[in-house]
Amino acid sequence: MIAEEAIKEGIKTQEYFINMGPQHPSTHGVLRLMLELDGEIIKKVIPHIGYVHRSIEKMCEKDTYRQIVHVTDRMDYLSNHMNNEAVCLLVENALEIGVSERVKVIRTIMSELTRLSSHQLWWGVMGMDLGALTSFLYGFRDREIINDIFEETCGARLTMNYNTPGGVMFDIHPNFQKRVKDFIAHFKTKLPEYDDLLSDNVIFRNRTEGIGILSKEDAISYGITGPTGRASGFSNDIRKHKPYSAYDRVDFKEILMETGDTYSRYKARMLEMWESMSIIEQLIDNIPEGEIQSSAVKAVIKLPKGEFFQSVETARGELGVYVVSDGTKSPYRIKFRSPGFSNLFVLDHIAKGYKIADLVAMMSTIDIVVPDIDR
Amino acid sequence: MDRKSLQNKIATWSSEVEFSAAPVLADEAAGVKASPGTQFLEIIIKPNQLLEFAEKLRNDEEMQFNFMFSLTCVDFADHFMMVYHLRSIELEHELVLKVKIEDKDKPVVETLCHIWRTAEYLEREVYDLFGVVFTNHPDLRRILLDDDWKGYPLRKDYVDSINIISL
Amino acid sequence: MYNFSSLTNSIHESLSASLSPVMVTVVEWSIIGIVLITFVALSVMGMVYIERKVAAFFQQRIGPNRVGKWGLLQTLADFLKLLMKEHIMARSADKFLFNLAPFIMVIAAFLAIGAIPFALGLHVMDINIGVFYISAVSSIGVLGILIGGWAGNNKYSLIGALRSGAQIISYEISALLSLLVIVVLAGDLQLSAIIESQADGWWIFKGHIPVFIAFVIFLIAGTAETNRGPFDMAEAESELTAGFHTEYSGIKFAMFFLAEYVNLFIIAAVGATVFLGGWMPFHIGNWEAFNSIMDYIPPILWFFGKTGFIIGLIMWFKWTFPRLRIDQLLVLEWKYLLPINLVNLLVVAFIAMMGWYF
Repeated sequence: MIAEEAIKEGIKTQEYFINMGPQHPSTHGVLRLMLELDGEIIKKVIPHIGYVHRSIEKMCEKDTYRQIVHVTDRMDYLSNHMNNEAVCLLVENALEIGVSERVKVIRTIMSELTRLSSHQLWWGVMGMDLGALTSFLYGFRDREIINDIFEETCGARLTMNYNTPGGVMFDIHPNFQKRVKDFIAHFKTKLPEYDDLLSDNVIFRNRTEGIGILSKEDAISYGITGPTGRASGFSNDIRKHKPYSAYDRVDFKEILMETGDTYSRYKARMLEMWESMSIIEQLIDNIPEGEIQSSAVKAVIKLPKGEFFQSVETARGELGVYVVSDGTKSPYRIKFRSPGFSNLFVLDHIAKGYKIADLVAMMSTIDIVVPDIDR
Repeated sequence: MDRKSLQNKIATWSSEVEFSAAPVLADEAAGVKASPGTQFLEIIIKPNQLLEFAEKLRNDEEMQFNFMFSLTCVDFADHFMMVYHLRSIELEHELVLKVKIEDKDKPVVETLCHIWRTAEYLEREVYDLFGVVFTNHPDLRRILLDDDWKGYPLRKDYVDSINIISL
Repeated sequence: MYNFSSLTNSIHESLSASLSPVMVTVVEWSIIGIVLITFVALSVMGMVYIERKVAAFFQQRIGPNRVGKWGLLQTLADFLKLLMKEHIMARSADKFLFNLAPFIMVIAAFLAIGAIPFALGLHVMDINIGVFYISAVSSIGVLGILIGGWAGNNKYSLIGALRSGAQIISYEISALLSLLVIVVLAGDLQLSAIIESQADGWWIFKGHIPVFIAFVIFLIAGTAETNRGPFDMAEAESELTAGFHTEYSGIKFAMFFLAEYVNLFIIAAVGATVFLGGWMPFHIGNWEAFNSIMDYIPPILWFFGKTGFIIGLIMWFKWTFPRLRIDQLLVLEWKYLLPINLVNLLVVAFIAMMGWYF
């Protein structure tokens, strides 16, 4: 009977919803995506966020500026150093004090090391999302060396809190330069290995090329910054456009791709790793002498009345810190423009019409870190 | 365009627009002109001017503010201030557009999400945390907090005796 | 070469001397059952251990090394852990089918293992349609996946099960067609006859390029049939959490796991038997001296060596390649492997007809 009806009227299909997350291996944390599916084809992606919302902005209204630096580690925990740097630069600019050249160079090297370690982790997880489990361990193997370098210099591996307003917490460890150089030499041999394992693999290329295309106009309109946006040809590197720390004196390329598909987002990050290594190489041998902590910064920092905005380029894109100060030791209002927040919501736009497996690949190349989105 | 010519151009659009750094608190005099600490050119407009200004800023040949890199709200004692940070990628200039919402009980402002797509979710966040209602928004729901959350936490008068420990 | 049929015959005669024919059959089948179950349990544990060590080797880590010497007892410990875990079942699940699915998987796997010749005379049954039989019973396994995926009443399971259905039905064709290449050359479906036909050299060496193509296709199709990476659509843990066995826990999950590894063993054993001569030592044409030296290595070692080699290859794929997408997987089968296979079969039929193989 049912079969007869089906023959008469054609087979009826129905779209259905599936919850991807909050517990799901490839949402990289507690992110929940409601997928409207037609079979395996995605009709709509509705992101639900807020599972790790800690209301950092409200919390910071009670914190002093020195405390805020520590809180920022907990947002994008893979770009922790850059997050710290954003707040420190904001405070320094607001107080109109400079930091020594030594601090600028150290901060730049540390930022680039953080970027490298973030991209290594991203690469490993990207492979795993596509089903190549081995890349995960490769990424972590090399990331371990960077973490060891961090540990030696500032005692922490993930939440480093190395920056303070006016300088850095400690001077670099005597081994620092040697170990960084060793790491660069090591990683220069390993990065082509990454390419061998994934980039040139025919399955990988088929899975990523021409998938999830994001045009330049859409990237700008959706506010997609970082390597994700640059893969669409949207030039948004804060390091180039508004140089801070020592980025104005190093020579590096802003990686711009044209197609904006999953593969170019992948490739943009891979090429960015080479640029980061080149930046570190240019700086590591000539770290100038100087004080590591500016004496102009008082123990209790009070920003002048006014509004301040500072952007830095984290591993995921542009992190903006917007502070409205009323002249007291805590900000009247602080807003973090986190790159992950804007980047996440482009998913619905680019994933329509693709399959679940493609969505996983896209999510991976957008490189979301959920605490950064939820704040 | 440099700041001066931007300001001159915008001044021709409307006589009601203020060019200034916002007064930080209500007790500050309202007529403060651009303060030295201000990084960007700031324009303050009224809510009913927003849509017209936003479209002009986005589409004008000499403006082309196509990238909104921040959208937020600040709760001052007697008004809400919507703050839009805009940047032009091609012309490389920046501007801060501010909308002063005087009505604190029913803050309403036009949505900009059809002009800058990123605004859709940033506006949801502002709605969630400040309670500012965006008219014509396609999907105005809470985004970070639970759907049944009472109150708007980033408002200065918000009191949560359970979850927030005041220092 | 030692012929195991003398051992089995002597057991049969000593039993017949004291028991009635019915009892003899009962006792013999019990012995076979116990031996098979023990063998499967041990070999699966061994394969899981090897897989972990292989994965560890590829990923530059150590692998299991705490439980027992070199972590040898790790799998046993994991098995005991799974055995003691709670059976969790969704209230909306179809209870009967939910419990049935793992058994179907395991039964299908056990049925197939019965036809595999481990050494000269060492097999449960040497039926004259061996290749056909193995293909037929190993495709029952997909029923277990479909039922298990549907009965759990979970959308992830359902997607995984349907993916798996599409995948296994497609790749079954390629697997069988590539086996047919050898059947055409050997002129027999019986596995022992196929092995005998390789006494003067394995088919992979005797059969020119077409057999090599068939071997590669068999490896691809076999990997796909066992739901292993890069074709692990049904599980795809980064997309579907755990695919068709999302809802299973404890020993039922372990049964799926067991079936997966038994299937891996079967695919490798069939590949080794058909393409690489099974237990047949490495012989070259009429080099009598060389062949007799090779005969000193016992057939059972040859069999497990070749099977292990193919298992190693399949593990190598898994730990190197990213996963395909479901549509790419089907395109690969229907648009590439199947036409290649059909042409290949035609070429081989021609070669066999003209007698152009060694």
